[in-house]
Order: sequence, then C-alpha cells, then structure tokens
Amino acid sequence: MTVSYENSKIVFQGIKDAGVTSLSALPETWLGLLLQQAERDPDVRLIQVAKEEEAIGVAAGAYFAGERHILLMQNHGFLAAINGIVSLAMLYGIPLCMLIALRGHWGEPYPWHTRGGIVTEGVLRALNIPFEYARNPHDVGRQIREAYTLSQSALSPVALLLTRDLMEEAL
Amino acid sequence: MKRAECIAMLYPELTDKAVVTIMGACAQELYDLGHQENFFYLQHAMGLASSIGLGLAVHLPHEKIVVLDGDGSVLMNLGTLATLARYRPPNLVHIIFDNGSLLSTGGFDSHTTAGLTDLAAMARAAGIEHVAAVDSIVAFGEAAIDAFARHDFSVIVAKVSAVGPNHYGMDLHLPENAFRFKRWIAAKKAAEAQ
Repeated sequence: MTVSYENSKIVFQGIKDAGVTSLSALPETWLGLLLQQAERDPDVRLIQVAKEEEAIGVAAGAYFAGERHILLMQNHGFLAAINGIVSLAMLYGIPLCMLIALRGHWGEPYPWHTRGGIVTEGVLRALNIPFEYARNPHDVGRQIREAYTLSQSALSPVALLLTRDLMEEAL
Repeated sequence: MKRAECIAMLYPELTDKAVVTIMGACAQELYDLGHQENFFYLQHAMGLASSIGLGLAVHLPHEKIVVLDGDGSVLMNLGTLATLARYRPPNLVHIIFDNGSLLSTGGFDSHTTAGLTDLAAMARAAGIEHVAAVDSIVAFGEAAIDAFARHDFSVIVAKVSAVGPNHYGMDLHLPENAFRFKRWIAAKKAAEAQ
C-alpha cells in the first residue's frame, strides 16, 4: 500500500474549497503529499509545529486574527494535544477544525499504531467532540466544509477522521 | 526585581498591542493594573501562550503582539522555542518571567532554580537571534524598548523573584475574554483598513 496521490489532491482541494487560508500541521506519512501541496500553494499559509499541542495555540491565534484555519495531525498527535483542546479551545469557546489521520485502525499492519487507533473514537466521544469518518473521495470535500462550518457555529472542536480507505491505495 | 514591577513598566506601552499572558500570578498582576480589551489571559493550558502569540503574529503582520510567559509554562512546551525560531515572526515580543518557581501552584522550585537550566541559552540554541537575559528593572526596561522598536522576533528572559499577588480573581468570564479579545482585533483591523 502507498499514500494516494489522487486522494491527497482531493483532500487538499476540499480544504481550499472550504475557504481555508491557513493550516497548522505536524507532518506524518498519510499527510505528506497533502502538506507538500500546501507548501507550494501561495494562497495557503502552513505552520509546522514541533508537537501537536502547539497547533491548538496556533489555531486559537489564527481564530482571534480572523483567519480561516484547519489543523492536520495524526491521531496520536490528537492524543498528545488533549490538554490544549480541553483547557484552551473548549474552556474559551474557540473553534477547531481538525483533520486527523486515523492510523492503527481497520487493516493496520503496524503494531505500534494499533493502540492509538483503537482508542481514538472512544476518546473523541469522551470529549464530546463531533466527528465523522472520511472514507470516500467523492464526499470528503463536503465533509471538510461541513466540519469547518460546525466548528465555527458551535465554537467547538470538530474532527474529521481520514481513514485508510481514503488515504491509501494499492501499489 | 519583581515581575509586577516589570509589568507595571510595560503597561503604558501595551495599549495598542495584542497581549497574551499565562495563568495565575502573571495574569492577575496585569489585570490589577486595569483590564483592557486587548489582553487575553490564558488561565490554563500551560505552555500555549507563546503558540497563541505565534498564531496571532503570523496572521496579523501589521500588529505588534506581546506574550507574557513564565519559566514553568515554557518548560511545558520547549518545542515552541524551535517553532518560533523557524517562523521568526518580526512583530512578536516574547517575554519570559523566570521566577524559578511554580508559584501559582504551590511554589515548588522549577528546573531553572539556582541556574541549573538557562532558558535564554535554550532560546538562543533553538535559533532565536535576539535574546536578552536581564535581572534588573533598568536592564528589563532597556530590553523592552529595544524589543518593541525592533522589527524582528525578540525574546526577553527576565529573572524575577518568586512573589505574586495576595489575591486572585477577575470580573471576566473566560469565553467573554476570548470574544472581546477577538472583537478588539477585528475592530483594530477594520479601522486600519480604512
């Protein structure tokens, strides 16, 4: 299996079509092609962080500045960012639109990803973060737009889980 | 030198700048001088004040952003020094009050106590060019004047004593602070666009 170039393009186009002009991210395999496009796009600002919790602060700053911002991270990075999500975003009513690569789930061959993959949905439910799975390239653009819209109207974190079906393809 | 003295010295200069403070004593000392709509107090999520400052600075290139940080908070998010060095927002002034203590949570020594850990050296090694380390109120004032005048990312590490206010409390709900801070920025941008 390899990362899908076509679907990475579709996800990036979905981000652009949602009117997003700013991204924070910590690079990971499934997000690599997407972030390469963001780096080349003069209309999108990409801020790479050293650890995902930083991106919660960056996103809050972008929101205060009136910028349309999305966060890209792996699910293990989401787990690493939880205090920022709870004690900055939720505490102050700051929206977060998070696109999360769902590693370690259905079909995962690598043992090291599995525990994080198995707990991700349960943690999202425990935090009362609305989420959807993105599996189909025909739907993902609409899902990104809707996730962004809900984050802004609810002043809440919202998560779209990028699945293996969407992000990988057979060699 | 006391942090409250430093903040009082800065206060007249903060009127037209977006200011982010960390929790506890630092937030309270600024608030007690008189709350302004351009102050955002991060009362939890330790470590993220400087990340908020980065998000503000890169998206508001025409505004000056000031972060009032502390040693305990910076130690919780050391990666921020490297991220800030990489993006080097020219309109951001990052002031770290190093009191060597987790004062607001019981006064336990932090890792900077007794000079074991040098945050200014860590900031320089992260790749930040303009780092001032000061331990007197005169040196702090000079470093702040330089940092506000300079169009380049600036860090000030100020050694202060581990003392704080004798009371805590604000007549300001946390989401209310966020909403009003965002509105202040929007209004300032709109005024400048005219």
